[in-house]
Amino acid sequence: MNLATIATEDACHLNSGCGFPAPNAEIFFLKPYSLTLFGHHLLISKSIILALLVALIVITFFVAASRSSKLVPTKLQSIGEQAYLFIRDQIAREVIGKEGDKFVPFLGSLFFFIWICNLMGVVPGAQFPVMSSLAFPVALTLMVYITYVYLGMKHQGPIKFFTNAAFPPGVPKAMYVLLTPLELLGLLVTRPVTQAIRLFANMFAGHLLITTFTVGAYYLLSPSIIGALGSVTSFGVTVVLTGFEMFIQGLQAFIFTLLTAVYIGGSLHAEH
Amino acid sequence: MSILAEVTGSLGSIGYGLAAIGPGIGIGIIFGQGVQAIARQPEAYGVIRQNMILGFALAEALALIGFVVPFVFGA
Repeated sequence: MNLATIATEDACHLNSGCGFPAPNAEIFFLKPYSLTLFGHHLLISKSIILALLVALIVITFFVAASRSSKLVPTKLQSIGEQAYLFIRDQIAREVIGKEGDKFVPFLGSLFFFIWICNLMGVVPGAQFPVMSSLAFPVALTLMVYITYVYLGMKHQGPIKFFTNAAFPPGVPKAMYVLLTPLELLGLLVTRPVTQAIRLFANMFAGHLLITTFTVGAYYLLSPSIIGALGSVTSFGVTVVLTGFEMFIQGLQAFIFTLLTAVYIGGSLHAEH
Repeated sequence: MSILAEVTGSLGSIGYGLAAIGPGIGIGIIFGQGVQAIARQPEAYGVIRQNMILGFALAEALALIGFVVPFVFGA
């Protein structure tokens, strides 16, 4: 049962005989909007619209902030500089080092795109975290994956990159039997898979949790003491969870960008 | 072969509970040791925090996979 049917079935409350309509994974498969453009019939989902909107917001913000830069910054330029400095000092220089400055635009775009996409999960009117559709984290992760494999092959040599990763120095020879397959698997499979799944699963779980308590508050709303108290409590939990969810959204965008920087840093220099 | 015992109901919830044990212990250790390290050497805060978040992200992934798998393979 999805939210739309819950909203239309007005009678479904605590004492009206129907069970608690627990939300499930179906709430993430929204009905796409259909429109006809230049004679082509198109189906556009909410996540695509939100992703495009977020891209537009991020681009507009940074273009507006960096256009006509002055020595004494305006308010907007000041905020833009803070955002840039955060990525440069907290992520790029901290993880990659001085060479990391080159990657600040890439890391910054990733961070702000993911963060604002996640934030759409709590923005009234949107209320759908774009990254809870697995395709978006997978696309971003593929981009990161291609970047660090390419950089590794460029800086360490096409074959050296894989042998450096497969045979870490300072390990007894016999251990390579165990270590080599694990290291290669980690480099080529586990890294991208966990990076995508982490972002997706965090957004998925958070959205489902908020929905469950929202539906709970609506379901318990009935003329009885348990219903009234339960409904108020459930609504209070929703508010608290929304705040917590906003923290998690920022943290996940940060972790995604931090891991990207770690992988790029690892590709630039072999472990020694 | 006859069935001797069977478990029914929402197994996904039980699976998630089991999947959360390991990462729960792991994340506790990571942040506990991290705070201790910061207390011992406050000037190394940046490096410690970065490694703390990295370890946290890796441990947490397991719990989240446990959360998502019942939705994917459950029905």
